[in-house]
Amino acid sequence: MITAERKPLEELIEYIRPYRRILLVGCNECVTVCAAGGRKEVGLLASGLQMALLKAGASIEVREHTLERQCDPEYVEELVPMLDGVDAVMSMACGCGVQEVARRFKNKPVYPALNTKFMGASERQGVWAERCMGCGNCLLGETGGICPIARCAKQLMNGPCGGSTNGHCEIGDDVDCAWALIWERLKELGQQDRYVEIAPAKDWRAGKGAGPRKIIREDLAE
Amino acid sequence: MDNFEPVIVAFCCHYCAYTAADMAGSQRLSYPPNVKVIRVPCSGKVDAMHVVKAFEKGADGVYVAGCLEGDCHFKNGNTKAARMVAYVRRYMDEIGIEPDRLEMVTMSAGMGYRFAQVATEITEKIRRMGPSPIHAAIETGKAA
Repeated sequence: MITAERKPLEELIEYIRPYRRILLVGCNECVTVCAAGGRKEVGLLASGLQMALLKAGASIEVREHTLERQCDPEYVEELVPMLDGVDAVMSMACGCGVQEVARRFKNKPVYPALNTKFMGASERQGVWAERCMGCGNCLLGETGGICPIARCAKQLMNGPCGGSTNGHCEIGDDVDCAWALIWERLKELGQQDRYVEIAPAKDWRAGKGAGPRKIIREDLAE
Repeated sequence: MDNFEPVIVAFCCHYCAYTAADMAGSQRLSYPPNVKVIRVPCSGKVDAMHVVKAFEKGADGVYVAGCLEGDCHFKNGNTKAARMVAYVRRYMDEIGIEPDRLEMVTMSAGMGYRFAQVATEITEKIRRMGPSPIHAAIETGKAA
């Protein structure tokens, strides 16, 4: 899923200070799962913003709504009847959702309430860790199901580097060395021969190297 | 605000604090009427939203009363509640409400005396702190 964290309240208040009425929009997908921008977080933020402004002698009306998905135009359309009299929109979705709302409603300022972080997995309750960088050419089949692009600080194709100690990365003891994990996993699988093979330099054009990407499914595209 | 009487919301677990409140009653122990008790099935059921809404509606203090450590009827609801309280206290600091207005306390069902004592102590503490900035702003808005 895409993970995110709420921006500091102070920053959000600066965004909305000039307005009298805003629409705070959550998303029921990834940001609900990582407890950053779902219905509950929308409620908490709406209360927090109203209280912080009330305390400062100002007042704002915060309308709340949470969409099934904010990155699809069909769902964003639901917001149309709610925007009457609204000065600005604050989105609690990832960057994709914020942009989709901004694209649809050109005459309304749209502000992000979250900092979108990474594509990750839940390690345990309340803990999410980066797992994928969307490099466009998945090599998990060669690396025992552990990604050296997302999980190695240097994105090494042939690791580990000299900064790996007892399975930890030199950037911090709480960071596993991806290549140490890969080696252990390949050993378990009896696939050590994969480790010996030297991987060629990665073609980053499949990732962000060639600019913004697009997928077009001819059979589905209208 | 002269003669300030704080409004305090106490989320009390059915299996301990709420029963302790009952016990306090049958022992004829008095505690301040400022404390508004809300019975919950477990302190772990109290959500950050309930606490934040209480402050938004003008509560001057809130506390969550759960079972003694290790004694939760549902295994660990009280430790979850304590983590939620710590989280909301940080959020209150961001909003600009003194985090000390929110507390987590624990007690057993037999501790009627402790229930009355906690209710009194928290009421006195909040009385000394004065009205919450939100309560004060609501009152100012009404007066204007």
